[in-house]
Amino acid sequence: MADTQRDQGSAVGGFSILALFRRPETGAAAGFILIFLFFGYFGWERNFLTALGSSTWLNFASKVGIIAIPIGFLMIAGELDISVGALIPAGGIVLAMSVELFGMNIWLGVLVGLLVAGLIGYVNGMLVTRTNVPSLIVTLATLFVVAGLNAYASKQLAGTTQHSLQDVGAVSEFVLGDYHSLVLGSDENRITIFRSLQSSFFIWIVFAIACFYILHVAPWGNWIFAMGGDEESARNAGIPTNRLKIALFMLSAMAAALVGMTEAVLANTASTTTQFGMIFNTIICVVVGGVLLTGGFGTVAGTIFGTLTFGIVFQGINFTTFDKDLNLLFIGALLLVAVLMNDTFRNLATSASTTRKK
Amino acid sequence: MPDNATVLEMRGVDKSFGPIDVLHEISLKVNEGEVLCLLGDNGAGKSTLIKTLSGVHQPTRGEMLMDGKPVNFVRPKDAQDMGIATVHQFGGTYPLMSIGRNFFAGAEPTRGWGPFKVFDRRKANAIAVEQVRKFGITGIDDGDRLVGGLSGGERQSLAIARAVYFGARVLILDEPTAALGVKQAAHVLRIVNEAKRRGLAVVFITHQVMHAMAVGDHFTVLIRGAIAADFRKGEKTREEIADLMAGGESMADLEADIEGYMETHEGHPPPPVH
Ligand SMILES: Nc1ncnc2c1ncn2[C@@H]1O[C@H](COP(=O)(O)OP(=O)(O)OP(=O)(O)O)[C@@H](O)[C@H]1O
Ligand SMILES: [Mg+2]
Repeated sequence: MADTQRDQGSAVGGFSILALFRRPETGAAAGFILIFLFFGYFGWERNFLTALGSSTWLNFASKVGIIAIPIGFLMIAGELDISVGALIPAGGIVLAMSVELFGMNIWLGVLVGLLVAGLIGYVNGMLVTRTNVPSLIVTLATLFVVAGLNAYASKQLAGTTQHSLQDVGAVSEFVLGDYHSLVLGSDENRITIFRSLQSSFFIWIVFAIACFYILHVAPWGNWIFAMGGDEESARNAGIPTNRLKIALFMLSAMAAALVGMTEAVLANTASTTTQFGMIFNTIICVVVGGVLLTGGFGTVAGTIFGTLTFGIVFQGINFTTFDKDLNLLFIGALLLVAVLMNDTFRNLATSASTTRKK
Repeated sequence: MPDNATVLEMRGVDKSFGPIDVLHEISLKVNEGEVLCLLGDNGAGKSTLIKTLSGVHQPTRGEMLMDGKPVNFVRPKDAQDMGIATVHQFGGTYPLMSIGRNFFAGAEPTRGWGPFKVFDRRKANAIAVEQVRKFGITGIDDGDRLVGGLSGGERQSLAIARAVYFGARVLILDEPTAALGVKQAAHVLRIVNEAKRRGLAVVFITHQVMHAMAVGDHFTVLIRGAIAADFRKGEKTREEIADLMAGGESMADLEADIEGYMETHEGHPPPPVH
């Protein structure tokens, strides 16, 4: 792994192409463009590229994406969190029960949901930092513990595992769970900017900007990379690695719960069903986005491109004439190709930089 | 030569990891403007001692004083905040991070206001490149390069340059010359002397007699976690130091060997033991 890519955000005059290759998200961006063109072509007949068509995969991507970014942070820090599969429903049912059962204000319910998730993330972080048990195992355990708690608490408190959550206010609907469209101009020459995008898409954008700031702009983004690069050295350098790790687990748990809450508000129901699929989805997005599984390397932009690519492949097959059974095969192939491509880009950057050194 | 003011002191420090006792009754002083050479065989406890000085480990018993006042370093940051900078024996750099980000890991320069602080990449890169080039690593001119592409010695130089830059009062170097070429090693020794001249207290660990002799004012030899010898520059010959560094378990034999060697070799001492 002898890499000499450029750091985030650099471009030196005369070497702009090379500088571009050195950026960690270049592979993910190239992959996204290829996949987009592929499905744009094969899905043309069935409106893949229309505003409505785009919304199908963008809405799906936004929910995976909100969780994928903090999962990416954890992976950069050298950790994994698979308990998110149980935290998505946990967020939904805590919100639903807070509002329907305990008569709370919806925003208070959201706060309670985030607090509960933050607590679970805190437990994950404490277990990982105190015991040195790999986070895969710790969060595998909490995945099942939380899944069990979801079902048990639902039954005990509400007598059901399917909660309803009635509309409770225009603002909360608008922000958390609604469909949004933007059409410019009048009847004859109307331009549809977007159509039927869910609130989660906009939450994803805001969240991504905040996360970009944390990882790449704020001084402590550096700490996450250092921790994943060499945890002992990072600790010796005075970086509070344990506290940072706990914070990252809290962030991923809260992001997952937030997704569950947006789903509950949108669908007016919340279920305790554990979303095992989302565990894989988020990891795929992060890895396709060029984050190194072994830690120390990755970007927010890469994760976003990875998520978009995954969203297209996951949903795009419905717009083509390909057999739907091929969907999983496509996703597997995508993962393989993306990983190989990211590796190639890294190596390419290395050689490019060494020739320049002389 | 009178003792300079003591900056950092250990008094009767023991360190155990569970049932394993690593340090016994360590008392030593690190003085301003002096280099304390910590010598000893592999596993003698040198790294454990300096990790205790730099806040990575806490003493099991005994106390540490800085400027005569008791201090308790709970974490490395506490030691850093008091001007103690350490280059540990292993690691210290992050291969997939840029030179500038490596140099400032944990102490990032920022610009901007309030909670919206921004990592000052340009400043970090400029300072990092300047400091590393001062070490004779002139091949580096781009702070955005990832450290993974540097050689082992270049990475080591980066770690040392970083400590020299941040070490305001005490500089602790754990085998800093181990990975370095002749030129860079000589440079580290020059840097150590320069730090000493500026009044810093330096703790220097090495397995090379030449390097120890070149910079040391004060020598402390650890054998199996206890201080076996403690002497000032000029109080022992190079041969004696070499033997102590070899573990000192059979000092008499070693001395006899040396005498025997010198008799059969027309009074020449044996080559230094590394
Ligand atoms: N965290 C730890 N837990 C248990 N034992 C430890 C720990 N750290 C060090 N030791 C033990 O303490 C002893 C001294 O180790 P230390 O690293 O201080 O030696 P050293 O003098 O630096 O050796 P070297 O010259 O090889 O670097 C060794 O026997 C080692 O096994
Ligand atoms: Mg050591």
